[in-house]
Amino acid sequence: MALPNKPIGETKAVRDPEVVEKEVDILIVGGGMAACGTAFEVKKWMGDNQTVLLVDKAAMERSGAVAQGLSAINTYIGDNSPDDYVRMVRNDLMGIVREDLIFDLGCYVDDSVHLFEEWGLPIWKKTDDNKNLDGKKGLKMGSLKSGAKPVRTGKWQIMINGESYKRIVAEAAKKALGDANILERVFIVKLLLDANVPNQIAGALGFSVRENKVYIIKCKTMMVACGGAVNIYQPRSVGEGKGRAWYPVWNSGSTYTLCMQVGAELSMMENRFTPARFKDGYGPVGAWFLLFKAKTLNGLGEAFAGSEAAKKELQKYAPYGTAAITPTCLRNHLMLFEMKEGRGPIIMDTVTALAELGKTMDKKELKHLESEAWEDFLDMTCGQANLWCATNTEPEKKNSEVMPTEPYLLGSHSGCCGLWVSGPDYDWIPDAYKIKASNGKIYNRMTTVNGLFTSGDGVGCSGHKFSSGSHAEGRMAAKQMVRYAKDFASYKPALAQSKAELVDIVYKPVRTFLDHCQYTTAVDINPNYIKPEGMMYRLMKATHEYGAGTATYYMTSSKNLEIVMDLLAMMREDGEKLAAGDLHELMRAWEIYHRIWTVEAHLRHIQFRKETRYPGFYYQSDFPGQDDKNWFCFVNSKFDPKAQKWDVFKKDYIKIIPD
Amino acid sequence: MPSYVIQEKCDGCKGGDKTACMYICPNDLMVLDPNAMKAYNQEPDQCWECFSCVKICPTQAIEVRGYADFVPMGSSIMPMMGTEDVMWTCKFRNGLIKRFKFPIRTTPEGAANAYESLKGKDLDSPLLSTQEADGYKLPRPKATI
Repeated sequence: MALPNKPIGETKAVRDPEVVEKEVDILIVGGGMAACGTAFEVKKWMGDNQTVLLVDKAAMERSGAVAQGLSAINTYIGDNSPDDYVRMVRNDLMGIVREDLIFDLGCYVDDSVHLFEEWGLPIWKKTDDNKNLDGKKGLKMGSLKSGAKPVRTGKWQIMINGESYKRIVAEAAKKALGDANILERVFIVKLLLDANVPNQIAGALGFSVRENKVYIIKCKTMMVACGGAVNIYQPRSVGEGKGRAWYPVWNSGSTYTLCMQVGAELSMMENRFTPARFKDGYGPVGAWFLLFKAKTLNGLGEAFAGSEAAKKELQKYAPYGTAAITPTCLRNHLMLFEMKEGRGPIIMDTVTALAELGKTMDKKELKHLESEAWEDFLDMTCGQANLWCATNTEPEKKNSEVMPTEPYLLGSHSGCCGLWVSGPDYDWIPDAYKIKASNGKIYNRMTTVNGLFTSGDGVGCSGHKFSSGSHAEGRMAAKQMVRYAKDFASYKPALAQSKAELVDIVYKPVRTFLDHCQYTTAVDINPNYIKPEGMMYRLMKATHEYGAGTATYYMTSSKNLEIVMDLLAMMREDGEKLAAGDLHELMRAWEIYHRIWTVEAHLRHIQFRKETRYPGFYYQSDFPGQDDKNWFCFVNSKFDPKAQKWDVFKKDYIKIIPD
Repeated sequence: MPSYVIQEKCDGCKGGDKTACMYICPNDLMVLDPNAMKAYNQEPDQCWECFSCVKICPTQAIEVRGYADFVPMGSSIMPMMGTEDVMWTCKFRNGLIKRFKFPIRTTPEGAANAYESLKGKDLDSPLLSTQEADGYKLPRPKATI
């Protein structure tokens, strides 16, 4: 931990903050791709008397997972069919997915991509003689909507010049919603149920990270889309470098914790993502595999993934393992197998790949190829580019190491944990996938709490949405929320707690700090409280050692899970003693609180599922291998806010789209 | 790879309506010391090296140095933002310099069409507003089990 030159936290917290009370029909919690989709769409459906508010922990221009930019859009259906999109996602996630949600998303995602291009996102194009043009030169080929061909790296991915991706998307979102309806730098920490109507969302509670202000916002309906969960396991870099998480370090599991604490059902929380990325810098590998056709080698220089031994191993996981595209978790599994056998490290052979491509290229084309390789990092993982510079790595001359990262929880990338939500109301979708609201109607993407919606990383069982799919899903939820608010126009949200009680919930860490900080001479060392930083390390150590972290090559066991559940219970208890002396620290206190609950859900699900469904992502040593007979089903869970009890249970998987 | 602020170049955005780096940092790391009127990174081990502060700084006072725990010293990468392109200068530890220019947007800033006047017609249909306007027909699965 670096020693700061000055005391941290310029905005000291006070015991009694100002209280701001608001009431709107529709509340959007989050400001990333999904929330920007909602912001763009919502007013187009709202009636003249309906009101809306968006609340973002950061600034929309650069918030969420796309803050830094992206070098590709990973979901664009184009000439493919939504049916095939379902097949791809199903295979990558080892068979158990919500095919209704995935198919449905596939019907909308391209519309968002077309908007991005219209707004100014540069999208690469193919020329008539099959050459690649960048997004600026490619303008002359026309737009995707008018039939121009994108540059496909895989079947679903298209290349972009995406440094300003989020700025462009946020610009349209902010314009559509209007500045008066946006609150930035306000962190929502708790959701509130209605005092009288059972299982109905009624509002949210948060605070400003810039001023001593608590926000109590009532609403008829709400969408929570605050991304996934990062820094929940000890990262491979434990000093300054722990900020170099693969997914954005500010994603603190808020989506899952906020919703589960009001009783929303979670699904597939056992699913996680441990991406294999360029070591330490966590630069993307997709373009290297797909665009540059690079291979990974083991420490002996063998292309292990294509070996007979690998094929045999993959056969154990048929039909997923034997499909044309090996599922992400199994690719990790093969890599881990090499590492555990002492045949590490794993090397991305950039040298051979670029030399092969160079054989058919002239000097100018080769120069362009080099530039493409660098842009892949500079658009979305600048630090990896610097790591190449710092280690004198020119990819055409020197290979780079690849390594599976620490675990992440998310629902929009190659993982599928999240909330159990309603599918749309079509005749081809089984009733078990539809959630009826209290009026008997079905609202697409609504959780099991009436009026509470989610999208993006929040929607479970439906991975591979990525940035474009998350935006589209936010738009889908927007329309449903307007419908809900209209159908429940006479509903008046009422809160069970008094204003003073609510302020006390949010500012508890501040009051704990002020009550005790004079007792010792060093504010961070005090027996009466724990600072968020200490708690973060405590969580990371527990998950790392017992919860299938990198320490054990992602292996856990029933006994290990029993121990970590005990540790988590005590962390939750001690969470009541978190202390914050300034507003930045108050944000960190609530983030770690959200992380602890999210991790508990994750591990409860792993504990419940008595098989190893995702080898390469995690292993349950007491139940190795897949057990389709008993576990070809979703695992769902529900925390009962009244009884303060967890329930974990099976939910039937229903196959809709044939193979 | 935490960001750092160069003393001499930072003026705390005193001429602007907000401190740019503090406004933009997605993780609330960049803060202004109001006495010194200089910004600083208050929690370098939570820096995602997203370069948002570097790119927005009006005096180019912010740069980034590699994480102390795994990045050898002596390299740098630095973006120069234009309205249509970004120009990167990548300096290797061994002195090699590479420059790259990439497009960032094809429309002027502020020109994104938010379709503010578009109003959806059928709230009960599953179509999004722009799909409805285009007369789009939603596909159904080709076959179901």
